[in-house]
Amino acid sequence: MASNAAVPFWRAAGMTYITYSNICANLVRNCLKEPYKTEALTREKVHFSIATWKEGKPEKPVIRSDTPEE
Amino acid sequence: MEPPKTPSSFMSPRPPTPSTIPSKITVNFVLPYASELATKEVDMVIIPATTGQMGVLPGHVPTIAELKPGILSVHEGNDVTKYFLSSGFAFIHANSVADIIAVEAVPVDRIDQNSVQKGLAEFTQKVNSASTDLEKAEAQIGVDVHSALNSALSG
Repeated sequence: MASNAAVPFWRAAGMTYITYSNICANLVRNCLKEPYKTEALTREKVHFSIATWKEGKPEKPVIRSDTPEE
Repeated sequence: MEPPKTPSSFMSPRPPTPSTIPSKITVNFVLPYASELATKEVDMVIIPATTGQMGVLPGHVPTIAELKPGILSVHEGNDVTKYFLSSGFAFIHANSVADIIAVEAVPVDRIDQNSVQKGLAEFTQKVNSASTDLEKAEAQIGVDVHSALNSALSG
């Protein structure tokens, strides 16, 4: 039985499907014509704050954002 | 006393497979931010599966297909609508319903030729100069996507 069936090149390089799919989507968005390109890029902007917890206490949150810091 | 209900008794049963092949397939084409086609009845869809362009007619054998960057064409009578998909999946059910999901899908006339050529040149060059496996994989993805965009524009 082929338990190590031929894997796609990106999985062999350690990438997950989600990462692959998001990279493809970003590349397509960057190749759009003008009004659609800005629409797509604004639609996909993300802004979130992420805090890792250690020993029951949150550490300083890191803000990840596409909007420039004010 | 009635026996307790099991979780599967709360689920709606699988839709029955019709005994005669329906004349049209029902397509649900969805994106994360919009549903492009919702239960639209069409004659045929051609999906860009990783194994090649796959034509889906009513009565197609149930299939789960992973999609590669390419063109999805929806044929209804004499009209053909083409979308370029970035990647996704297609589920074809026994009752001739096709669910196609993609992350990005654009009509082919929204693709900018110059960015595609530039991107293709840039990533071909990156494939040659990449050092780690991951960089090589990313550059290869870039080449694949841009070549698919290129053939979409010229095809």
